[in-house]
Amino acid sequence: MSLYQVQKVIYQLNRDPGLRERFAADVDGVLAAYELTNEEAEALKEPDIGLLYVLGVNGQLLMHFAAFRGFEWDDYLAAMRRGVERHGPVRAGIYAMVSD
Amino acid sequence: MPLVFAGVTSHGPGITGRAERADPALRDAFYDNLGRMREALAAARPDALVIITAEHFANFFFDNMPSLCVGMADDYEGPIEDEAWLRIRRRKIPGNPDLSTRLIERMMQDVDLAYAQEWKFDHGIMVPLHFLTPDYDIPVIPVNINCQCPPLIPLHRAYEFGRALRKACDAVPERIAVIGTGGISHWPATPNSGKINEAWDRAFLEKFLRNDREALLAYTDEDTYRDAGQGGFEIRTFIAVAGATEGATGQLWFYAPIPIFAVGCTVAVMDVS
Repeated sequence: MSLYQVQKVIYQLNRDPGLRERFAADVDGVLAAYELTNEEAEALKEPDIGLLYVLGVNGQLLMHFAAFRGFEWDDYLAAMRRGVERHGPVRAGIYAMVSD
Repeated sequence: MPLVFAGVTSHGPGITGRAERADPALRDAFYDNLGRMREALAAARPDALVIITAEHFANFFFDNMPSLCVGMADDYEGPIEDEAWLRIRRRKIPGNPDLSTRLIERMMQDVDLAYAQEWKFDHGIMVPLHFLTPDYDIPVIPVNINCQCPPLIPLHRAYEFGRALRKACDAVPERIAVIGTGGISHWPATPNSGKINEAWDRAFLEKFLRNDREALLAYTDEDTYRDAGQGGFEIRTFIAVAGATEGATGQLWFYAPIPIFAVGCTVAVMDVS
């Protein structure tokens, strides 16, 4: 579990058009620079937006990654809901701050 | 000199990016009040606009997160987001590094600040500017309060920052306007996007508009998270404006929940004249 690293990938993709181009051309090469679990790397590659949400990625990062990967707004929201159904509640990060 | 204008407004990216999906009557009434704020701001003839925002990982990340950061650049670029997604064209926005430096030096007498000579504006600044300074002709001094990643600056420190900002503005000859932008209750970019706690918002706004320091500082992050969502942490931007306008009260020009904008859309102005 390395939420910091997953969020770092997305933060840097969101900021850097050149990195987005390299990500599209050689995703494994880009991800090799980060310390990711297999689950995290696969979630980024697929992309499994719902799992990334469950892993704890902040939506302010995730919504731009989802748009980059072709998700329209409603599809992005639906993907997060499906992720919670499939993978359970958010495991880390700010959305796991309190349980109710 | 004393502040020439102070107000608060919302900044959700849906306000521009998903405009056609909102109830037209509510949307247009909101836009009209942003237009009214634009006119009031222009009438105040500011030399610079200090915009207190809660940015969203455009510049600041978990590797090096300042609680408070003030821009000190010649100019700024924004939006960092996809232009088509936000529907705001990327451009340069003028800064005023000399004024930034003088304000920062003065504020550092009272609060600890980070500063930045490079800063990409995200929707948290670009959406308000799109409506309030559509010609981008007023130099902007951005202020970020970390409202995204706990640990967060305590509310009383956000208020103290506002007081320090006001003292600094009072000490320079320029005519300065202050806009705070954020919140209020919302669950942005999550499965609960569109959820808005109107009763909580109205109660908060009532305290804000009478500038009731004690009531504003009585909120806890635990209660805010439960009742107002993670986006509720952005009340820090409003509380900084309250600190900057201590002793003044305000008027609510517009408030309405607009779910597709993911926020209770707010336009309010403090009486600093």
